[in-house]
Amino acid sequence: MDGTLLFQLLLNGLIVGALYGVVAMSFVLIYKASQVVNFAQGEFLLVGAWVCWWFLTEWQMPFLLGFLFTLAFMTLFGIILQVVVLRPLIGEPVISVIMATIGLGIFFQALMKWIFGVFAKPFPPVFSAERISVLGLEVQTAYLLSLGISLLIMAGFGWFFRYSRHGLAMRATAFDQQVAQSLGISVPRVFAMSWAISAAVSAVAGVTVGMVNGVSSALSFYGIKVFPAVILGGLDSILGAVLGGLIVGVLENLAQYVDSQWLNWGNMYQVAPFYALLLILLIKPYGLFGTKNIERV
Amino acid sequence: MTVMTPAGDFRTSYRADTTIFPTLGSRMALWAGLALLCCAPLVLDRYLLSLLINIGTLGIAALGLNILVGFTGQISIGHAAFFGFGAFASAWLHERYGIPVLLCIPIAGVMTAAVGLIFGAPAARLKGLYLAIATLAAQFILEDFFARAQWFTGGVAGRVTESPVIGGFALDREESYFYLVLAFVIILFVAASNLMRTRDGRALVAVRDHYLSAEIMGINLAYYRTLSFGIASFYAGIGGALYAHHLLFVSVEAFNILFSIQFLGMVIIGGLGSIMGSLMGAAFMVALPEVVQAGADAVAGGALDRMLKIGGNISFLREMAIGAAIILFLIFEPDGLAHRWKLIKAYWKLYPFSH
Repeated sequence: MDGTLLFQLLLNGLIVGALYGVVAMSFVLIYKASQVVNFAQGEFLLVGAWVCWWFLTEWQMPFLLGFLFTLAFMTLFGIILQVVVLRPLIGEPVISVIMATIGLGIFFQALMKWIFGVFAKPFPPVFSAERISVLGLEVQTAYLLSLGISLLIMAGFGWFFRYSRHGLAMRATAFDQQVAQSLGISVPRVFAMSWAISAAVSAVAGVTVGMVNGVSSALSFYGIKVFPAVILGGLDSILGAVLGGLIVGVLENLAQYVDSQWLNWGNMYQVAPFYALLLILLIKPYGLFGTKNIERV
Repeated sequence: MTVMTPAGDFRTSYRADTTIFPTLGSRMALWAGLALLCCAPLVLDRYLLSLLINIGTLGIAALGLNILVGFTGQISIGHAAFFGFGAFASAWLHERYGIPVLLCIPIAGVMTAAVGLIFGAPAARLKGLYLAIATLAAQFILEDFFARAQWFTGGVAGRVTESPVIGGFALDREESYFYLVLAFVIILFVAASNLMRTRDGRALVAVRDHYLSAEIMGINLAYYRTLSFGIASFYAGIGGALYAHHLLFVSVEAFNILFSIQFLGMVIIGGLGSIMGSLMGAAFMVALPEVVQAGADAVAGGALDRMLKIGGNISFLREMAIGAAIILFLIFEPDGLAHRWKLIKAYWKLYPFSH
């Protein structure tokens, strides 16, 4: 047993888990609003991080400006994807929609590799201090910042859906499209908006991860790690997504700890969430907070 | 999808309605096509033949996936993992127990079907989206297993396989291996066509079209969903085994998620719920990289090549082409190549009075 290591891993798990939570939240946002399972969520992180990197290094922009430009770009990117690719597929079977997002995923992953290369590239340093000490543990500043940003985004989502006009329109659309339409809500606009927000928020997560680990195509794996998180929390629950993300983050670090201490199988960090995923699907497919889908004939 | 039959084509008995090749013309075309394929090794060069062999092996696995996705309506994003399992199983059986390769291939198919049933049993409870995510998990778990099970897969070094031998004659050249693949393709495609004419085949389609009605009509949903998974894995296993003994080397990294997506792409591009479409989709997926390569060669050395650095990034260009092909087909030709082929045939059947 190694107490400090365990504590360090748990802390890492919480920080990474908060990021998973953010990505899962933006995934659930799209699913709730437009019933599309977005297999290209990880590519949102990837594209966002590369675009930000490009603004910061090639254009030598200050961080804040480059970051704002990235957000603007990603908002546009999300809207264009929704309008050009997903809108023609409304009403098609699940498999078509899933395959379209998978196709988008492959396309943009390859495109990013083509433009920016396959090697991880570091972000220009944003903070003066690389690491600071919290409770006697060395923590990277970017990690702390990412935790802060994650919490901020989560609070922002909470406010947005509870009080803002657009958020209420989105909740109404998610609840019943026909009723929402009859109340004068433009459903196509809600769809486009959900994709825009989702892309922009994922890009924030992508930039944060990029600041710590450098930008590389490994970022798109976050899009796959999102599935255990959202299934655990329930596919259509924002709160569930956050909790699921935290649990998955802690779980994979715990799995790594158990593996490194006793089992020595290797690679548990990557695979453990998927075993958990299968288990949840067997026991409770609607997750912790998901709506149970009751079918009537 | 509506089946277009030209005017004057009446079926007066159930037997006539379920024949695989309904007209004299289609039967003649079949024999002519087979004769042409049998002559192919005499005319084509090695490279083209190996492409044809690839179409055959991938087509068999794509047909399995089409039975699962197109006929039963269950989505699987882990097909390449089963394909890989078949490849390793066949190689392992031959090396470990010395079973002749020709026997190893069907046994590998059965073993893969067993693994498919293990993953299919929980899948029987799930459908649509949840099943897609469960098979995604299966993909990563099996990939992890391949990397770990050194006794089975050879670990990171991969596993060397051997060519099949029939009566002292080794099928170690493209020319001879082609006939083996052709035989398997014919047997498995005829088997699938026949399956779809039986009670079980109709039950699968009923599960896809409206599973609640199917259940009310007395179709055991869990049984048929699992069965469909088993059949799909069997086809994947055979395809994988044929693939392994053609390449003579199997690497653990080959069967990744991109490969699984390519299989789904074949099924969608070929046409969901079309048996010949699976083969067309496989042909499309095999031809696509060749076309991209040819396009890159055409502009090589030019200004465009220098500006976009096409030469060094050809593999990314291929991946992009796969993604783009899937999206474009979904938007513009959701019924796939098989549907387009039917339209073309119907057009010429009635030419010049098609309207």
